[in-house]
Amino acid sequence: MSHKIRVATTSLAGCFGCHMSLLDIDERLLELITLVEFERSPINDIKQLEPVDVGIIEGGVANTDNVEVLREFRRQSKILVAIGACAINGGIPAMRNHFELKECLEESYLDGIGVVNPMIPNDPEIPLLLNKVHPIHEVVKVDYVLPGCPPSGDTIWTFLTELLEGRPIHFPYSEIHYD
Amino acid sequence: MNRWRDIPQRSDLLLQYLIDIQQRDSCISTESIQKLSTELAIPAAQIKSVIEFYSFLHTTPRGHFNILFSDNITDQMAGSRALMRQLCQQLNVRQGDPRADGRVTVDTTSCTGMCDQGPALLINNFPITRLDSKRIELIAQLIEQDTPLEQWPAEFFEINDNVHRADILLTHNTEDGDALRALLEEGAETLLQRIGDAELRGRGGAGFKTATKWRLCKQADAAQRIVVCNADEGEPGTFKDRVLLQSYAAQVIEGMTLCAGIIGASKGFIYLRGEYRYLLDSLEKELQRRRDAKLLGNNILDQQGFNFNIEIHLGAGAYICGEESALLESLAGHRGIPQKRPPFPVTRGYLGLPTVVNNVETLMTACQIASHGSDWFTDKGTRQSAGTKLLSISGDCQQPGIYEYPMGTSVSDILIDCGADGPQAVQIAGAAGQTLCHREFKRKIAIEDASTGGSFMVFNRHRDMLDMVQNFAHFFAHESCGFCTPCRVGSTLISNLVDKLYTSHATQNDLRDIERIALVMRHASHCGLGTTASNHILDTFNNFPDAYQRRLRSTEYTPAFDLDLAVCEARAITGRDDDDAHIVCPPQEGFKP
Repeated sequence: MSHKIRVATTSLAGCFGCHMSLLDIDERLLELITLVEFERSPINDIKQLEPVDVGIIEGGVANTDNVEVLREFRRQSKILVAIGACAINGGIPAMRNHFELKECLEESYLDGIGVVNPMIPNDPEIPLLLNKVHPIHEVVKVDYVLPGCPPSGDTIWTFLTELLEGRPIHFPYSEIHYD
Repeated sequence: MNRWRDIPQRSDLLLQYLIDIQQRDSCISTESIQKLSTELAIPAAQIKSVIEFYSFLHTTPRGHFNILFSDNITDQMAGSRALMRQLCQQLNVRQGDPRADGRVTVDTTSCTGMCDQGPALLINNFPITRLDSKRIELIAQLIEQDTPLEQWPAEFFEINDNVHRADILLTHNTEDGDALRALLEEGAETLLQRIGDAELRGRGGAGFKTATKWRLCKQADAAQRIVVCNADEGEPGTFKDRVLLQSYAAQVIEGMTLCAGIIGASKGFIYLRGEYRYLLDSLEKELQRRRDAKLLGNNILDQQGFNFNIEIHLGAGAYICGEESALLESLAGHRGIPQKRPPFPVTRGYLGLPTVVNNVETLMTACQIASHGSDWFTDKGTRQSAGTKLLSISGDCQQPGIYEYPMGTSVSDILIDCGADGPQAVQIAGAAGQTLCHREFKRKIAIEDASTGGSFMVFNRHRDMLDMVQNFAHFFAHESCGFCTPCRVGSTLISNLVDKLYTSHATQNDLRDIERIALVMRHASHCGLGTTASNHILDTFNNFPDAYQRRLRSTEYTPAFDLDLAVCEARAITGRDDDDAHIVCPPQEGFKP
């Protein structure tokens, strides 16, 4: 099995939508797993990251844990791929960048509707939020970006198969237009 | 003051009117724009776009004393930046902003062509050279006392020729009118043939055959033809045209008149860069002297119908206007944007008329060849590059100044002559030229080898070559005309990346980006400025890799923001300061080439 390409995936500040889209390649998953070996990924729930050929990152960087995981992925991956709008631009989570972090936390934990026992959590187990949400290329070097919110299953399939075959990656127009 | 008051208003004089208004009012007000717009029937927006284009024109007032420090690398090497800081401090003024009382502005400008006697500055368009701390102190006092410029010490404004080596061009004086008498006696065809036989090539750097250019213009079908002397000597490190215009103007103007006689032109222009405005009076006087001597004007040397008149147009601080199609646009009163070629200026130039544009040195040389014959010229030089070449030598050498060499002289011989001590590099042909390193010093100054318009800047082994790279990168970002994207965007991206490198924040990745952008600029830019603007980068990449490598952070990648600082708000809100409340930047990964 050692000749298989090893792939790891994770979701940082994202919604797992890109991972759902990965599952949307449907029965081609069976073909995919003849080509690749999934290391750490929410799909198989492996938590430990070993060195891999391809690391796929969904979501932006919103807290200290995201930074740690992302850096670990960069260290262990030969090729790092940013998948989806959040990883590339910050996406929906980055909408909080228009507000102070303090305002966001107060709205969620002190002033929001239905808040019981109001207090801003400060348990050391909980990763701290960054002042702003950042795209992942601002924290580590990224080799490929795969745009879309989410990219379709077909787009992901084209990307993975062409990457695995070592070809320059070309998408049919239908797979990368969002109008 | 108004040089143009005696002639009817012309829209092609727009730039000249604007320069006069700027000089008079220290800015060009909305009212002035409106007035010009009405009088010349040019939309106000177009006038504003012209003002925006030229560095010496402003819509908000400059100080009563407008000071511009020459910011070429040779000025910087001579300490100009520290002197400017001293002056700003003494006058209590911030760079670029007029002082609150409107007395003075201090700023920088591109090379003013005083590299052999720098550091230099321009004050209300007049150059002051050989600046030192004491001179700066005196300048500050004179400004505080509001002493009119005419009463400042005359030695401040002294400009030396500094000719250290003269060959045939600078030693053989022609009598006034010799070339024109030869023309009238022997005929235009013979003279054109003589210049062709002399194998004279354009001295500005491109090396086009002068006789071919003149013949093409002569053959172009038109009622009127134009001769333009390109005195927009903007290439950093070049100042030989300044010396020719100061001390050999008669021969330059006679060269123009000769050209006019040969091709049948009745009108000529000297496009004088704004930085050389101080030469305007002496040039106007020389034109008048020649008119009085019947060497210029109507019926020259009493030859019926041999009419040729010259107007001097000033530039206003735009390097790109040295490019001939941009220069012609500027002459017509427009923004100096380079034009598509063909059509070439010889068929469609100034206002669509066939136009010869020649460098100052070319015209002077043509004048001499007419009197002395073609052998006089071809006896010197190499087979492909006849004659001699004027070099403007500056930087780390004991005797900076003008050197005239036969074409084919080696760089190492020149370095010995000018007293260069331990040179590590020579920047030849200006910021857009080549960076020669030690192993290339055996190369020869010639069209077929190390071609140059005349700039020759020497860097000794103690210099950090990245200082030069940064200076040129800023220069091109400032001087890009903005017309095409590769140059406009590329020059700014490179400038930013070089700054990042300079402050030791760049990584190997940034170097790859710099090289990629430099190549895009070289291949995709609209004109010569863009295609040559990254030469210094690519040359120093090859010849001086250490200058780059030692400035690198030893990692492949640097985050775009301070990671630990990005958690400061959350730390403050939660009151946490444990280890997990911080992001530690990892120890630098080893450098991977």
